[in-house]
Amino acid sequence: MIVDLPSTTTSAVNKKLVELRERGGAVTLARVLTLVIVTNEGEEAESVIDPAIEASREHPCRVIILARGPKKAAPRLDAQIRVGGDAGASEVIVLRLYGPLAGQGASCAIPLLLPDAPVVAWWPTGAPANTAEDPIGTLAHRRITDAAAEKNPIKFLTSRLETYSDGDTDLAWTRVTQWRALLSAALDLPPHEKVRAATVTGDATSPSSELLAAWLSRYLNVPVRRVKTDAGPGIVSVVLERQSGNVELVRPDGVTATLTQFGQPERRVALPRRDLTECLTEELRRLDPDEIYEETLHDLGKVIKGRAPAATKTAPKKAVATKKKAAKK
Amino acid sequence: MSTSWVNPLRDPRDKRLPRIAGPCGLVIFGVTGDLSRKKLMPAIYDLSNRGLLPPGFALVGFARRDWADEDFMKVVKDAVREHARTPFREAVWKQLAEGLRFVQGSFDDDAAFDQLADTLKQLDDQRGTGGNHAFYLSIPPAAFPTVTRQLSRSGLASADGERWRRVVIEKPFGHDLDSARELNAVVNDVFPEESVFRIDHYLGKETVQNVLALRFANTFFEPIWNANYVDHVQITMAEDIGLGGRAGYYDGIGAARDVIQNHLLQLLALTAMEEPVSFSPADLRAEKAKVLASTKPIEPLDETTARGQYVGGWQGGQQVPGLLEEGGFSPESTTETFAAITLGVHNRRWAGVPFYLRTGKRLGRRVTEIAVVFKRAPHLPFDDTATEELGQNALVIRVQPDEGITMRFGSKIPGTSMEIRDVNMDFSYGHAFTEASPEAYERLILDVLLGEPSLFPVNEEVELSWKILDPVLDFWAEQGKPDPYEPGAWGPDSAEAMLARTGRTWRRP
Repeated sequence: MIVDLPSTTTSAVNKKLVELRERGGAVTLARVLTLVIVTNEGEEAESVIDPAIEASREHPCRVIILARGPKKAAPRLDAQIRVGGDAGASEVIVLRLYGPLAGQGASCAIPLLLPDAPVVAWWPTGAPANTAEDPIGTLAHRRITDAAAEKNPIKFLTSRLETYSDGDTDLAWTRVTQWRALLSAALDLPPHEKVRAATVTGDATSPSSELLAAWLSRYLNVPVRRVKTDAGPGIVSVVLERQSGNVELVRPDGVTATLTQFGQPERRVALPRRDLTECLTEELRRLDPDEIYEETLHDLGKVIKGRAPAATKTAPKKAVATKKKAAKK
Repeated sequence: MSTSWVNPLRDPRDKRLPRIAGPCGLVIFGVTGDLSRKKLMPAIYDLSNRGLLPPGFALVGFARRDWADEDFMKVVKDAVREHARTPFREAVWKQLAEGLRFVQGSFDDDAAFDQLADTLKQLDDQRGTGGNHAFYLSIPPAAFPTVTRQLSRSGLASADGERWRRVVIEKPFGHDLDSARELNAVVNDVFPEESVFRIDHYLGKETVQNVLALRFANTFFEPIWNANYVDHVQITMAEDIGLGGRAGYYDGIGAARDVIQNHLLQLLALTAMEEPVSFSPADLRAEKAKVLASTKPIEPLDETTARGQYVGGWQGGQQVPGLLEEGGFSPESTTETFAAITLGVHNRRWAGVPFYLRTGKRLGRRVTEIAVVFKRAPHLPFDDTATEELGQNALVIRVQPDEGITMRFGSKIPGTSMEIRDVNMDFSYGHAFTEASPEAYERLILDVLLGEPSLFPVNEEVELSWKILDPVLDFWAEQGKPDPYEPGAWGPDSAEAMLARTGRTWRRP
């Protein structure tokens, strides 16, 4: 059911929500969180509703969409409530904010937050420079950005480290989970040799490639090269160099990857690029600080850019040695 | 895996990384059966779709049908399309299909098992299953000795070094204590106990796992979870379907052996057990075994048990046959289709609290629940008229369908006078969470491949369960025919009488 409340206030919205609940029979609010989505009015706002509704099937939640309209318009709040079949396992409240109200999203969201339940904020694009200090960010226990949807993905990603605060996360990081899982599983198998160096190849503007490279650098403690290519969408390949043979995970087409490693036959793995719904569902599963993401951000700067196959042959030992020293401190 | 190796990419704080099983393959015996098509194949696809199966995973079907690999592939594909929980994706299917093999043969056919051994060897080379294989015996227990002997003969049952072999078996785990011991001996003769995984699919259900979370992660419930506050506990598993077409399995077995011995006693163990030292498999099992060992039927059995058999009649708008008219059942059959028993848990926490367990076919609706019913308040500072309609507080864990928790307590009826009536508060873990939460079989198959045994009952639990049930079964065997009951209701009158003797009634689930 979709109910429109043009030119309204949040207390009217709250009243309507209670009324709708009573009319639909007394249902307890088994909602585990409030998801606040900050977006612009129009197509952008529409495009995030479906992933949010789908994600709510695993995490029943109240979704509040703050859709910012033109700043120059007269101040007005239009609300729309979607419940039942139109909202999956959630209830969706779209607040369209016009004029000076467009900058006052937080004050409109506060009265509608579920009592006691955690709040997750998501900026599908156009995230503020410092999300933790943003008025809506301060309400949230977890703040989701998406570097890949920003104008300059790589620059945006680098800026995440400067403003990092517990609870920050980025969908570019969510997109590498499956890659990380496969690589971890590959290293579980013998031969249990140390990885000497690693290379991550991917699209020039793929923030996920950067994060994957930084993660390898952080946890393997070896030089990691990040090679840019236009061969495929997103991440194209990862190579971990070991004495008896490399571990290679190559995905040329963005759908199916090939995993090659010493002692094992070459294997195909379905590794399709993850859609928004899948990423959001994974994000909502965990509400505690993601230490691994934070540590990975620290190593973004250590990743070696570009193609330099010859140089790494001698470089590794030195790099490893200095790193160990640093770790001891 | 050598003990000194620490994978640098694994960090215990990294909760995003899913547990992916190591290289391995699964062989299903009885692959043409219903369970295999409706549950196992879809679960394997769903696991694959969620990226939880290792690259190069292999699935081998073994059955008598004269199929080629392609026929088998088509059957699996159809089963996946029809029953899988997650959407069908061509890329995932292709990856899975590459590892599908079919071996044709009967269980006493040496050549077929040699061919199976060859197929697995090939898979080790081509797909890198690494010599790790699980054998899923989706076959009648009578065939276990033949199959395990064949596996042992063809060298498939033993593994060297870091490789593993595991065997998965489904209920029934015997039909009494002696036969259960015999069956265990047959299986353990070939597979050591730590590589035997007994599937009780109830234990794979989220709500059942949530019983432990509910009890041991919260402070609300545990203080009142004892004989001081609990009056009695009712554990119900009801089905609305009959037994048409299942005579071969069910006749002579009956409801108690089919359901109480495994599912209901496991639910009882989880409800009544003490807090485990940790959630490691060994600690969990220790607590379950303790509580099962202190559980015994309450006597006299003619007053504390009831059994029934459904007769023909109308149910849910359809005319249905009685058990004796169902095809395949002997017209003289004394097999019970409804069973209710009273158990006592003899320890300090539960002394004096009866646990009522009931199960049946052709009952009012399909439902499984654990209802903890509390004692009445020792003193009510109201007029008698005010609390006339007040029942006992209850906490109900709804296992299926509509998974969740219901709390029942008294509340004032709005109005000028003080009148108190029972109301329900629902936590519907059900209609929201479960849509996207994994099927029991997904979780259990993954646990088999990972070698994670916490959700599988061990030998000891099976034998303890039979020890509880055997006296009741022996008593019933001397009693002649079970009491008839109408389809679509909640069992025979004797079941109501059994509770009425102590002034209690069954909850209508």
